Amino acid sequence: MGTAVVTAPPQSRQKRMKLWRDGDRIAHLVTLMFAASVFLVTVFLVYELWIHSGPSRAKFGFGFITGKTWDPNTDQFGALPFIYGTVLTSFLALLISVPLGVGAAIFLSELAPPKLSNACTFLVELLAAVPSVILGLLAIFTLVPIMRQYVEPFLKRALGFLPLFQGPAYGVGYLTAGLILAIMTFPFIISISREALLAVPREQREAALALGATKWESTWQVVVPFARLGILGSIFLALARALGETMAVTMVIGNDTGIHTSLLSPGYTIAAMIANNFTEATGDLFLSSLVELGLVLFALTMVLNGAAQLLIIATTGKGSKQP
Amino acid sequence: MKKQILWTMLLAGASAIAGSAETITAAGATFPAPIYQKWFEDFHKAHGDVQINYQAIGSGGGIRQLTEGTVDFGASDMPMTDDQLSKVTKYKVLHFPTVIGGIVPTYNVAGAAALKFSGETLAGIYLGNIKKWNDPALKKDNPGVNLPGEDITVVHRSDGSGTSFVFSDYLSKVSPEWKSKVGANTSVNWPVGLGGKGNEGVAGLVKQTPNSIGYVELIYAAQNKMEFGAIKNAAGNFVKADVTTVTDAAAGAAKDMPADFRVSITNAPGKNAYPIASFTWLLIPDKIDNATKKKAITDFLAWMMTAAQADAPGLSYAPLPKPVVAKEQKQIALIK
Repeated sequence: MGTAVVTAPPQSRQKRMKLWRDGDRIAHLVTLMFAASVFLVTVFLVYELWIHSGPSRAKFGFGFITGKTWDPNTDQFGALPFIYGTVLTSFLALLISVPLGVGAAIFLSELAPPKLSNACTFLVELLAAVPSVILGLLAIFTLVPIMRQYVEPFLKRALGFLPLFQGPAYGVGYLTAGLILAIMTFPFIISISREALLAVPREQREAALALGATKWESTWQVVVPFARLGILGSIFLALARALGETMAVTMVIGNDTGIHTSLLSPGYTIAAMIANNFTEATGDLFLSSLVELGLVLFALTMVLNGAAQLLIIATTGKGSKQP
Repeated sequence: MKKQILWTMLLAGASAIAGSAETITAAGATFPAPIYQKWFEDFHKAHGDVQINYQAIGSGGGIRQLTEGTVDFGASDMPMTDDQLSKVTKYKVLHFPTVIGGIVPTYNVAGAAALKFSGETLAGIYLGNIKKWNDPALKKDNPGVNLPGEDITVVHRSDGSGTSFVFSDYLSKVSPEWKSKVGANTSVNWPVGLGGKGNEGVAGLVKQTPNSIGYVELIYAAQNKMEFGAIKNAAGNFVKADVTTVTDAAAGAAKDMPADFRVSITNAPGKNAYPIASFTWLLIPDKIDNATKKKAITDFLAWMMTAAQADAPGLSYAPLPKPVVAKEQKQIALIK
């Protein structure tokens, strides 16, 4: 390095010195390194999952994804019940948390007095920081009994003609897991959606009001579409959390390796299966199948995120554009 | 230059820490972890130069780490299979039983106390063949008890565990249908029921769900003062689990103890033997190159199977029967 500087022509040396002094190049290199590390970690993760799931991939092939049996004694491993459970509980969670979260965010950013808004936002951020195992414990002691004694019998009476609400009311199952996931994800949606709504320029609102719109019309037709990208972003983050959540879900989902139509039935998710069985998985094929489940979860997240990106591209064409 | 000094200081510091005590690492079963922690701590107090660092990561993890040679010894709730043993190439693995634990059925049935179960009934419930509490089979086991005509909610462990292994091993012995359909393992393909994570998960579900049945470790039931049922043993008597009946199960099995101690003592013979019980084992290599470590481990084993056994009942583990101890003491000499 030292010799290179000495032998370099004075002009280029000066230029180089300037570049380093300004820090532009350093900043460029350092941030590039950080960005590259994200990429490298992801590649390494997939590589490790791929290598360690080798025996399972060789034995089951594509049948792993469509297989419905999970039996360590006969070395039969199929991931379908867990994929089904993961997608179903995440969908239920978003079904509840998106309207709740976006609605709350609109209220907090547009309609609430600032003092109330700040206090609520503080509480929401507190809720987002609660560890999932705590929520899981709370769910076992409060949510599960309420579900078993009141909510599920009510659903069976009111909607029991649908296959979605049949079977015994255990209190644990897909629906309860979806509820606890909704509770875990909606603080994210509120927090990020509120930021996105607050970032909408004041002029947009004023222009709408000047055109004779009511407060609600300006909010719903101008502000919310303007902040759409941020709101969608918050939903994807919530989805990612719901897909990967482990502890709270395994505590309330009932851990049954079947596929059931009824939302009241016990089920299983990918993350819960891995967490439950990884430490005691004695057979090689068993262990390898658990790793492949991890690979499936990774792929599932990629596919759903990709679909989400497409959704953004498809919807941003219409209406007002984000600057 | 500065860097060099720093490294030297770091290395010196590290060797000073390492030099103060020989550190032995071990990993494995969670079920005996409370008594192992106590033993290793007491052993360190008596032998200041030895520190045994035990990580309760589960039996499967213990066997894996021992196979890969990343720990000095392992611990497991189920004996290693021939297949697993054949994968350990550097040395042979010796099984040392340490204590005995029992698994008890716990239930939540209004108005019914002190229930009794025969093995076939328990298997029938867990297979989903016996669906209601007033099933004739349950009535036959419990004459005079007013059993409700409600559906049975079955609860099992969702996580892989030695507890599930012992329980499913017992059901395999008493029910041919269970043996062919489900079998014994740390986690099995449960025909019916809800899964709870850990003893506390199963206990929580049973406590909350009316008309449910589950199984937990005796130590857990005892610590939490839970009610549990009696099981019909091989001699035809209904026996409730406690330290004495669990030790009796081991004593009954000790007569036919194989030389390598890999034995299942579920459904053991003996008038008072409790049928759902199991040894838990330390997995020790038969060749330990480091002389200090070898001495420490053999000293520990000798102490563990004699004086230290007195700690077991206090923690609700059953101590080893005398004939088993005598056999194990001979095995220590095999460690080279």
